[in-house]
Amino acid sequence: MTESIAPKVAVEFDALDSAEPNSPGAPPLILTADLSLFYGKNQALKNISLGVREKVVTAFIGPSGCGKSTLLRCFNRMNDLIDGVRTEGLVEIAGQNINSREVDVIELRKRVGMVFQRSNPFLKSIYENIAYALRLHGTKSKSHLDDIIEKSLRQAALWEEVKDRLHTSALGLSGGQQQRLCIARAIAIRPEIILMDEPASALDPIATAKIEELIFDLKRDFTIVIVTHNMQQAARISDFTAFFYLGELIEYDATRKIFTNPAKKQTEDYVTGRFG
Amino acid sequence: MQLNTSTSRTWLAIRRGHRARPAEWLAEKLIFLVSLSAILTVFLIFIFVGREALPIFLGKMNSSLVGKVIPPEEMDKLTPEALRKYLDLTEAQFKEMDRETMKLLMELKVETADEAPKDKDAAVNTTAWRYLIFPYQWSDYEKPVSIWQPISQIPKYNIAPLIIGSIKTTLIALLFSVPLAIGASIFVSQLAPVRLREIIKPAIELLAGVPSVVLGFFALIVMASVLQDIFGYESRLNAFVAGIALGLAVIPVVFSISEDALTSVPRSYTQAALALGSSRWEAAWKIVLPAALPGILAAVILGFGRAIGETMVVLMASGNASIVSWNIFDSTRTITATIAAEVLEAVVGGPHYRMLFMTGALLFLVTFVSNLVSEIVIHRLKHRMEGKVA
Repeated sequence: MTESIAPKVAVEFDALDSAEPNSPGAPPLILTADLSLFYGKNQALKNISLGVREKVVTAFIGPSGCGKSTLLRCFNRMNDLIDGVRTEGLVEIAGQNINSREVDVIELRKRVGMVFQRSNPFLKSIYENIAYALRLHGTKSKSHLDDIIEKSLRQAALWEEVKDRLHTSALGLSGGQQQRLCIARAIAIRPEIILMDEPASALDPIATAKIEELIFDLKRDFTIVIVTHNMQQAARISDFTAFFYLGELIEYDATRKIFTNPAKKQTEDYVTGRFG
Repeated sequence: MQLNTSTSRTWLAIRRGHRARPAEWLAEKLIFLVSLSAILTVFLIFIFVGREALPIFLGKMNSSLVGKVIPPEEMDKLTPEALRKYLDLTEAQFKEMDRETMKLLMELKVETADEAPKDKDAAVNTTAWRYLIFPYQWSDYEKPVSIWQPISQIPKYNIAPLIIGSIKTTLIALLFSVPLAIGASIFVSQLAPVRLREIIKPAIELLAGVPSVVLGFFALIVMASVLQDIFGYESRLNAFVAGIALGLAVIPVVFSISEDALTSVPRSYTQAALALGSSRWEAAWKIVLPAALPGILAAVILGFGRAIGETMVVLMASGNASIVSWNIFDSTRTITATIAAEVLEAVVGGPHYRMLFMTGALLFLVTFVSNLVSEIVIHRLKHRMEGKVA
């Protein structure tokens, strides 16, 4: 099935155009239509239909177990790794069904990068952590590698802190630095989309602030989808916010609207901290 | 500051120490004692083996057949101490022994001296280091040779053939088993679907449960013939057959430890690699394997220890010819097989007996040193990878 599902989701999407700028009318980069996901008999996602705009930050919020991380992992097919997962419905990126047989999951993940909740640098040097990703996708020459590594580390606001110790183990970095290294690693291969699964939840406030600044800078070049537990964080950094509850998409709108004037009572209760 | 009396009385309870939880205290001490006894046992074995082998190490043993012979009639002229030394007896043995027996021993000495060949070999102390390690031209030989021939008129104890035998079979065993075991552990821990993993893992580990005598028997009867048909070598039992059979015993050891090492690499590494667009194979080979390297090294060293120390399999499948040859298709004999085969017929305290203990001590030393070195290497490797400066 290669036909786009864009018209199906367009209705919900019209609301967004009026809310925020950024090339109104352009089709969303990521689209899901009636997406359901099951872990064995447990239904984790229920008929999710939403579109994610290009080069903005979209935040997924909701209480634990609401399915927001699961949905995020549908976008780079990381759910494939879990036994007994079954999906129904469609996920399209740039008009292509990513669950189709013809899709090379490796090529997909190259274009859809991911940053995890817990920083997970490899047991290698700082340099090698990024070089691994680059070599994987064909960058071989030393000078080329050096260039991209420096550029990625600068973009991840880490260069000044690590430039003198590039060849020491990445595990010697602090938690916040490790997470920025993971971001540098993810952006080094120039994906189009970066998925972030609670990237700052294990970090202290200062490290969190740095990551947030970084995300703000990154949205010029990348489309970012971030899952967060931290409502202030979602309010600070995102342009659009989707609120999930028990596997359902409750409300999806411009962040300003979600936090100041939500359409649904449930959303209001959650963002004001009355439950969750 | 003075506490009021009722408060200080209740606070006294914190001073009860170990009496508060006597069962836990006792259990802890017991466990400590048990672990201490393990260390003690290893130490005692070391002392025992070392003591029996010490005269050889120090060159104090003399197996020369030509020496000063005292005729039995002159027995009474010797002081008891001189007599004891002449007969090579310990003080306890000397006390137990009656006059007649001692006289017989003296006569035996004379007879041995009379029967000794009348060439230069008879005067040689074959337990001296020079004869243990380097080839020597015995009187009937055309060129210098290294021979292990403890049961002969001139007992020859050159350990070169045994050492070569041990090295040869161990190397073959490791070359055969280590790649297989590590490959299997990568497959099982990283690539195999859960169902398959649950079949393969116990199956390989079951191999560890096969008694080595059964494995040896299998090698002797089945493998030797099959391998001979395939490779067409001359002697049916040889280092190659023994090495392969030994490899079967080593596989489960290396497999289960390296599988553990690979499995304990955090899943987050694999996830990170996959999310960057690695294939599962690339993630396993380039990310997980290097991270598990210290554990895998430990597995290989343990496999080495198992291979060089294994006795039954090599005793049955190697052909037991103590020849100096690096050809893997020649029959060979290892240190362990030699000890097992000969220790029961060696005279306690004699040169042969002590030689066997010396080779045993040598084995002990090799495994000890290899464990120590690998421990240091693994420690450094871990430190370097985790960013601590060693």
